Order: sequence, then C-alpha cells, then structure tokens
Amino acid sequence: MHEMSLAQGVLQVIEDAALKQGFSRVSAVWLEIGQLAAVEVESIRFCFDAVTRGSLAEGSRLEIVATPGSAWCMQCSASVTVQALYDPCPQCGSHQLQVTGGNEMRVKELEVD
Amino acid sequence: MCTTCGCGAGETRIDGAEHEDEHGHEHVHADGTVHSHSHGQAHEHAASGHVYRPLAGHTHHDLAQPHGDHIHFGSGAAGANAPGLSQSRMVQIEQDILGKNNTYAAENRRQFAARGVLALNLVSSPGSGKTTLLCRTIEMLNGRLPIAVVEGDQQTSQDAERIRATGARAVQINTGKGCHLDAHMVGHALKSLAPDDNSVLMIENVGNLVCPAAFDLGEAHKVVILSVTEGEDKPIKYPDMFRAAGLMLLNKCDLLPYLSYDVDKAIDFARRVNPGLRVIRTSATSGEGMAEWLNWIEAGLAAQGQGQAQAAVA
Repeated sequence: MHEMSLAQGVLQVIEDAALKQGFSRVSAVWLEIGQLAAVEVESIRFCFDAVTRGSLAEGSRLEIVATPGSAWCMQCSASVTVQALYDPCPQCGSHQLQVTGGNEMRVKELEVD
Repeated sequence: MCTTCGCGAGETRIDGAEHEDEHGHEHVHADGTVHSHSHGQAHEHAASGHVYRPLAGHTHHDLAQPHGDHIHFGSGAAGANAPGLSQSRMVQIEQDILGKNNTYAAENRRQFAARGVLALNLVSSPGSGKTTLLCRTIEMLNGRLPIAVVEGDQQTSQDAERIRATGARAVQINTGKGCHLDAHMVGHALKSLAPDDNSVLMIENVGNLVCPAAFDLGEAHKVVILSVTEGEDKPIKYPDMFRAAGLMLLNKCDLLPYLSYDVDKAIDFARRVNPGLRVIRTSATSGEGMAEWLNWIEAGLAAQGQGQAQAAVA
C-alpha cells in the first residue's frame, strides 16, 4: 500500500530536479530498489503510472535496477548474499547478520528532454 | 511529505481539523488533476483540463497562472525551457525516494533531542492491544513521568479519547485512506501537542505491520507489539517491521494458558530478522512485564536527557 506514497516521493524528486536543472519532460526514470527494501516492484510500477498522469513524467518508462541483498555475518566475519531479511548466513546458518546493502530506494537517473 | 495512500490526499485530519500545510498543500485527484492551496486560502480549479503542480515550498504567487491545457512548473528554471531542444539527455539524481520524509523526520528528531523528549513509535497489526497497553502504561507512569500521545488511525478519534480519559494529553491524526503516519504529519501534531521538556511522547501508529516500517517519524525507537493471539511466525511474515524495531512487546501474555502459542518460537523468529531485538513479555490485564517495560522507558528517557545535556555543552 505505501508504494503509492513512494511513487509520490519519486515524482517529488523528479519535480525538484526539473526546477533545479531546467527540464520539462521526462521520458525514462531509473530507480534503484534493493532486494531487501520494503518495496514491491510491480506495485510501484502501477502506482508510478497513476501518480505521474498529468505530470512531466506522464508515460515515462520506468526502469528498475535491482540491487542484491548483502549482509555481514558476525559468526563468519564475512560478507554474504541474502535474499530476504530472515535468511540465515549461507555459509554457517547463523542469523547474526548485519544488513550492509540491498535496502536502498533511490531515484538514480532520468532521461529528460 | 503530504502523502496518503490510494490518492486520499486532503483527507488527513489532525483532531478533526483539515490538515493544511502552510507551505502549500497539494491534492491529487483520481483523474490526475492536481490542485493546491496555501496560507489557508481556498483555491478552486476546474475539475479537469489543466494540471498545475507547485514545487516544494512554493506558494501561488511564485507560480505562473494556470491556463488551458498547460503544465506549469513554477517560474524558476523550468521557465527557461528552450523550445525546439528535443534531444534527450541524462540527469543523474541519486536521491532517496524517502528523502523528503527523512528530512521531516530529522527535524522532529532534532526537536526531541533539544528538549530531551523520548519519542517512541508504537507499531503493530490492528488488535494487538496497543491502546489498552498504552492506557495502562500511562496510569502506571502517572506522577512519575510526563507523557503525551499522538494517535494515528484512518478514522475516528476514539483512541485519543481513551487516552485523554487517563489524564494524558493526546492528539489524534486521521490519515483518511493512508496506511501509515509520516514524519510531516507528526511534525504538525507536535505543534499542537507541544510535549513538555524531558517527557515521553508515545506515537501510536496506524495498525499495520507493513507500511509504517518504512517511514521514520524521528522517534528514538520503534516498539513493535505482537500479541500471542496472532501467529508465532508473524516476525518472518512481516520481517521489515521486526527488523526496524528496537523492542518487541509480546503482549496479552495472560492469555497463554488458553492458547497453543509457542513463545520461544515467536522470539526465535523475531531474532532471525533482528538478532539484537530485546523482548519483554507483557499483559495490560495481569500487569506481567509492565515494570520491566516502564524501566525500559525510564532508562530511554534518562539517555535522551544525557544527549540533551551533551548537545547543550557542544
């Protein structure tokens, strides 16, 4: 449900950038969404389409760059890849993991006219 | 960020009063029409036919007047839009989607730190016993610590009324169709609530184990409440929330004799997503764990006070 708020956040970022950098039309938007971020990609696509209607980003292409989840295992003292927050360490099975990446939600770049 | 889910903008209410941002407030309608008002002025636009979006912090007088089928982006840089320049170019942005919310959250956090206020964001699914636990907490803290409450619900001020009946001050935020509180709503509630210096501020979020996890309100800790009438596996079904929390209250423990609930299993699941999570077993009915919970609050408040003293010296 909060993907609607997130989509509105994306539009806000785009509009702020439009004002600062002087463009009036956006044709593509790259979002970096971590695999461990609380975002459902299909849902944000749907919401992005809805909130950009009538805006400078109407009809723009949404590209999602998925970043893998990574964590530091305190038992192995090693960086490991995880698919979900409740995953154990793939090496030792411990849950003593500190998430180090894959929780980002960023507007990376825009293609503008 | 004046965001509500499902395009329910303009439905946020703080104690029944329509919530308006003094910096301008925009409403997005289902047909994509956006209109905005600022400084409390009513401003009507035709239902469709034009789109007009104020950029953050702008009021009407800095915007070009909306006409016909035009899109207006203010009189700033967008006004320098060069006709005929159709070549696409790439613009690096690298900005957090939640950046706006996080800015408001940082401002709330700064206010809490300056005044030694311990803010706790209480999150759970609906029906976990948050409000009952909160009422009991206030009664037990009565006279020991000053406490104020921000209540978040989609509709009604029932919860704020329950809190006020205990003697504590409370402000109700109705999110309309929104599924979570955001830092901007809480900032507004703080203006009318004005918590005392060195007090506890309890923010009871909308009952929802999903969305409130993503929105920082400026709190010191999220406290997740899981009741034993829910499944043991909720922490791994809704891992974002349990990951974001600093304390879990396993609530309604007085009901355990009547249930086949495995407490250890629930705690184990919670620590899979958040290995450092502290857990207190509580019951507002029997009083179990309440002393430990109150001690945790008092220790948090003392730590917040020390931070305040250090900030004053620095």
